Amino acid sequence: MADDKDVLRDVWFGRIPTSFTLNQDEVTEREAEPYYLLLPRVSYLTLVTDKVKKHFLKVMRAEDVEEMWFEYEGTPLKWHYPIGVLFDLHASNTVLPWSITVHFKNFPDSDLLHCPSSSVVEAHFMSSIKEADALKHKSQVVNDMQKKDHKQLWMGLQNDKFDQFWAMNRKLMEYPTEEGGFRYIPFRIYQTMSDRPFIQRLFRPVSPEGNVHTLGDLMKEMDPAALPNDGEPKRYQVVIHGIEPLLETPLQWLSEHLSHPDNFLHICESHNPPSPVLSSVYISTPPTTTPPLLLSEDLFIGREG
Amino acid sequence: MPASRLWVVDVYGRVFSLSTAGQQWEQCRDAQMEFKRVTAAQQCCWGIACDNNVYLNVHASDLPIRYQEETYENQRWNPIGGFSDHLLPSDRWQWSDITGLKHQPLDSFELPSSSWEWEGDWYVDENFEGEPTEKEGWTYAIDFPAFYTKNKKMTSCVRRRRWLRYRRYKDMDTWAKIPSPQMETPDPFSDISCGGWEISEEPRGRLSLWAVSLLGKVWFRVGIYHHNPEGSMWEEVSVPGEVLQISCGPGDLVWAVLWEGQLIVRQGITRDCSKGTSWVEVESPSPDVGATHVAVGINTVWALTKDNKVWFRRGVDSHNPCGLGWISMVGEMITINVGLNDQVFAIGCEDRAVYFRQGVTTSELSGKTWKAISVPRDGDRSHSSASTNSLQSAGCFFSGEVRAQSVVSDVELDTEKVSTDGASCLVTSTSPESVVDAPTDNPDQPIETPKPRIPKVTSDSFISELISDREPAKTLREGGSAGPAVPEEEETLPSEGEVKALSALDAADTSSLSSVATYTLAMEDPYGTDEHPLWAWVSGGGCSVDSHSHLNWFNSVNTSSLVGSVQSMSLSVTSAQTAAWRQQIFEQLTERTKREMDNFKHYEQAIEQSVWVKKGTMQWWRDWKPYKWIDVHFALEQFSGPEGNKDGILFIYYNFYEEKKYLHAFVNELTILVPVLNESKHTFAIYTPERTKQRFPIRLAAATELEMHDWVCMDTSQHSQRKSFYYHRLALLSVSCWDIFVSEPSPALEAMPYPTPCDQMFWRQVGGHLRMVECNTVGIVWGIGYDHTAWVYTGGYGGGFFQGLASSTDNIYTQTDVKSVYIYENQRWNPLEGFTNRGLPTDRYMWSDASGLHECTKTNMKPPSTQWTWVSDWAIDYSVSGGTDKEGWQYAADFPVSYHGRKGKTDFVRRKRWKCKLTTTGPWQEIPPIALSDVTILPCTAQSNVDEVPLWAISNKGDVLCRLGVTALTPAGSSWLHVGTDQPFKSISIGAASQVWAIARDGSAFYRGSVSPQSPAGDCWYHIPSPSKQKLRQVSVGRTSVLTVDENGNLWYRQGVTPSYPQGSSWEHISNNVRKVSVGPLDQVWIIADKVQGSHSLSCGTVCHRLGVQPVEPKGILWDYGIGGGWDHITVRGNSMEPPRVRLPSLTDASAPAPRSPIPFRNMEVNSSAGDS
Repeated sequence: MADDKDVLRDVWFGRIPTSFTLNQDEVTEREAEPYYLLLPRVSYLTLVTDKVKKHFLKVMRAEDVEEMWFEYEGTPLKWHYPIGVLFDLHASNTVLPWSITVHFKNFPDSDLLHCPSSSVVEAHFMSSIKEADALKHKSQVVNDMQKKDHKQLWMGLQNDKFDQFWAMNRKLMEYPTEEGGFRYIPFRIYQTMSDRPFIQRLFRPVSPEGNVHTLGDLMKEMDPAALPNDGEPKRYQVVIHGIEPLLETPLQWLSEHLSHPDNFLHICESHNPPSPVLSSVYISTPPTTTPPLLLSEDLFIGREG
Repeated sequence: MPASRLWVVDVYGRVFSLSTAGQQWEQCRDAQMEFKRVTAAQQCCWGIACDNNVYLNVHASDLPIRYQEETYENQRWNPIGGFSDHLLPSDRWQWSDITGLKHQPLDSFELPSSSWEWEGDWYVDENFEGEPTEKEGWTYAIDFPAFYTKNKKMTSCVRRRRWLRYRRYKDMDTWAKIPSPQMETPDPFSDISCGGWEISEEPRGRLSLWAVSLLGKVWFRVGIYHHNPEGSMWEEVSVPGEVLQISCGPGDLVWAVLWEGQLIVRQGITRDCSKGTSWVEVESPSPDVGATHVAVGINTVWALTKDNKVWFRRGVDSHNPCGLGWISMVGEMITINVGLNDQVFAIGCEDRAVYFRQGVTTSELSGKTWKAISVPRDGDRSHSSASTNSLQSAGCFFSGEVRAQSVVSDVELDTEKVSTDGASCLVTSTSPESVVDAPTDNPDQPIETPKPRIPKVTSDSFISELISDREPAKTLREGGSAGPAVPEEEETLPSEGEVKALSALDAADTSSLSSVATYTLAMEDPYGTDEHPLWAWVSGGGCSVDSHSHLNWFNSVNTSSLVGSVQSMSLSVTSAQTAAWRQQIFEQLTERTKREMDNFKHYEQAIEQSVWVKKGTMQWWRDWKPYKWIDVHFALEQFSGPEGNKDGILFIYYNFYEEKKYLHAFVNELTILVPVLNESKHTFAIYTPERTKQRFPIRLAAATELEMHDWVCMDTSQHSQRKSFYYHRLALLSVSCWDIFVSEPSPALEAMPYPTPCDQMFWRQVGGHLRMVECNTVGIVWGIGYDHTAWVYTGGYGGGFFQGLASSTDNIYTQTDVKSVYIYENQRWNPLEGFTNRGLPTDRYMWSDASGLHECTKTNMKPPSTQWTWVSDWAIDYSVSGGTDKEGWQYAADFPVSYHGRKGKTDFVRRKRWKCKLTTTGPWQEIPPIALSDVTILPCTAQSNVDEVPLWAISNKGDVLCRLGVTALTPAGSSWLHVGTDQPFKSISIGAASQVWAIARDGSAFYRGSVSPQSPAGDCWYHIPSPSKQKLRQVSVGRTSVLTVDENGNLWYRQGVTPSYPQGSSWEHISNNVRKVSVGPLDQVWIIADKVQGSHSLSCGTVCHRLGVQPVEPKGILWDYGIGGGWDHITVRGNSMEPPRVRLPSLTDASAPAPRSPIPFRNMEVNSSAGDS
């Protein structure tokens, strides 16, 4: 019998195989080999790419090196989004490994935040946790923690220590049983089609009438267009950690089990329907904006059944 | 917590009950008539029916109510005829009671009422003080009031024997009329209230039942207890006025309301006088308006006044039953009732719904708010499902229309219309009379016009009027006749007006009506909440809820309660676990791993695994003399190897004569981490094979309990790769300090001639809290808590302090246990003042533990750990062996002497008892309701999942029980089968060939004959004499071996057990110093040893393994010592892993006859029945 705890492990140990190639415009002393790495889905780009930097610096002159940044198919990748979110948002239909281009010049100040050191990531990560706890417990839990507890959360993420992280994080996931869940669910919905960075609003896990809110309820509230009308094929995918949970999944459960280490439920809404389940089967199919109708109908029927 | 029930009566006199685990009112189908009032206790429910008689409904239990009648046959020897009936004129009766004073021949015994039946005929008791007697059961003495022996001597002039017969209460789960002769009760009863079960536990199941007659007199039912549930007679209690209503709490509170509106409180209710002595008057809460109703609990009193206002009495407890003053509460109620735990139920004046007072705790007895219980009745079940469906599919399309129509409502008219309309709607019309029934059956009200139609229930006239012209309730019910709605009629329906009324029909009545109801519901579902039943009376005396209970009574339709209702009795997989969404997530995550990682395993990891070090300080029980706690630094280094396997090293740094030193232990080598109970420190012991051999574990004390638990959990998470085995079977289980540990069996464990040494076994904690566990090889595991609650293992692990990750989240349930803590109050007599608390300087503490060595006062006693909380205040314990006087004192000549219950010219000692209760969680689920003291499961080997596995148990009252329906898939089984015995039992064990052995409380052994799959309970007991001068305590039966432990710690082996003579011939001594024995399915013998050579105090209770046990040497040769330290119980009955066959030539020669090979035993059933006859 599968256990909910296994979900936490699967989420934590999710990895995306990535190949890093140096941007062709960069000046190098000799040709740079691509660099292959398994990136943790729940971590941050700038936190896990020290090896990449070291690899490419070997072929470059020191004076040509500015701050490193990453780009995928022309989109600069925001390091302050978890890696899994970046992948699901921009590259979910790509052939693996995920091919990321590495830049050392022309930092796109308008698109990206600077990240001079890992302490910036730490500050960002901790502020997310605090924000999430403000939503979940009016900050009571995170404020009760000591400095070393905060450090344990961060070190757990930085060093990929599941046990170390969850030994502390479990406290952030508790709630009084009589309330049936957190005060508000910390979530962010990212939309590939939208210019907005993400949707984030107050949303409770249980309705005033005592009904459990589901993922579908959340999507209906935040973006009604995301849900298919009756009889219509599905137009959007709702992806969390590379999977598509059923819309009837209780939101509280999702928040407890599929949140990122920053305690937010990061939900990606993307337009292109080949399901990630199928993408491995149809791996050679190039991404199309209008999918074959038959395929999506099959998907829809299959899911209902 | 087992489910219990809230009882209600509706305005038509139908009795319903609602389970704390349930979500619907279930009608009491048995009720042949209508009831006015009911009053419930946990084991039964009393009621006054419309015929004004009192009825009793004893809830069925797997354990029957049996009463043993006994009488003695006396004979005297005379020189002519030997022993004969001819007694001397001065002798006792030929048939008498044990004292000889009362004449009671066999035919003088009669059944007390028609609710009883005889179980069998009279027979002679052949057991005398644990010893079997000669065939006829005679015991001999010199003369009548004398000392009897079982042997006839030269001087034996008289003899007697005991005859037994059982009668059984048969009217379980039905309403049995309580005989009330006219002369006893000249006027009919109008109110009834039971309670008082907490005043005294003696005799068991004692209840106080108070009743009020129409003329305002008060009656008390005498002699109600477990073996006499009906009580014996009514006694009138004089009252200062005419009583209207009475209420009796679980404790010593009894209040009544007078017709004039004042209240009276019963004084002087004690253990010895449950009827009380006198009344004291208390004024009505409001000077102008008299009280009409009162309800009392243990420390709480609620009242209603004529204007339906609710009042709470402040400051009530058993010292001051009158309380201090009234506080007005919100709400208008028509009746009110206090249930268990002082929880309050009431019926609303306006809507006649049952309200539950939320937030009632011992510190806040007045609670917070009223919450209406909104669940459907069982007859409504089709409605609610229909309504959910239609809500989802049809939506709220019709709602507006119908609601608008419902304003114009005149029920009389409407229901008539509906009945005709309903008839026209019928697709399959069956019984026309049911349609005629409909109007009378159906006065339900729309919420808009509630008042004019609410019947006044202050007098019973309404009910009588209503029910007088009704036929007995029909219980005809056929499903599936619901007709689909016809579109034209849908359109006409709104114009019919009030259709809604129909939906309140009791769908149980007829099939045709239910079809109508379903039909109308398609229209009516937005009104789902309106069509609630109208209640008249509520009784929570049998309803065990408290402020922490999770009840699903308040929102019957929403998803949360559906998910919440999951925690039901069955162990089947819960719906939340099988939910499609969850499966989808599991599957997709697996798929994702395959997709994103499987082909890329050769890629480098972005984050290198490093060492995680945890550092801190602890105290360490140092290795050298003098032993003491010293402060040490520790470091736990944990790291992952290249293959992802984890390991760690624990370093303990200490100073040895100014020199810095350390000791270390590899985490993978730790065999067990076990918390050790210590009064002042949070200590635990770490064992490695080496340390086990030395009998000196690493003992550490953490600063806080939490920290200690982190350590104990660490062990589990370190070995997460081992976790899979928790899901399979618990083979070797052991219980220590209430924690349960398990060791994974390996074939080498019983290997011959070189088994795995005990000290190399790995032990893991399972979680939960039990006094004992038993298991078998197919993974059925049962446990018994300190409070004798039975638990079944659910297949998870963790819970309790294994929070978060170290625990599995499935199959973890709340577990509670109650353990009694005893302290003693000691006093010494002196000539001046009599008994005082001033002892001699050499005396024990005036407040002490049982030994007198430790001071234990009421205030300094602490619960064993923070998981325990006290559940009660200190109370005097009267049930002490030796007896007590009225105040609970026991007397003795001097302190360390045996005590007795009557005062001599000596010192005295009094004992007080305090209960504390543990609440924790663990992978265990309760099996209510019978409390057990022992359990055993057939240690079967290969069997399919659906075969029934014999499981025997002994209740804490000593009844022998056989569990039916136990299979590997349903380990909890379904019900108990009671196996009759002449005396209480205490230990039982079933062997691999269904041979059942048991030990009676008097220390004698019994063998159960003819137990087979066809006859799971066997046919009769064979009394086996105990080893001479020893009283046996515990028995364990393996494949063929039978071993017992006696009161003095001796271990005995039963010789001469053969298939044809399974009772064996004699007992052979194996060893002493044994506390518990467990014989496994391979006949392997493991024990808990009391004292082990060369060990420290910690090793009291050591797990030991008998080496050299084999078919020719079933008693084995010597002991191998394993982990030591406070172990209480072990079972090896789950380990059937055959050792690898190493055949030593010398031994195989010797074993040529092989009397104990399993093959001949297959025929045991055939053979044994031949042998028994």
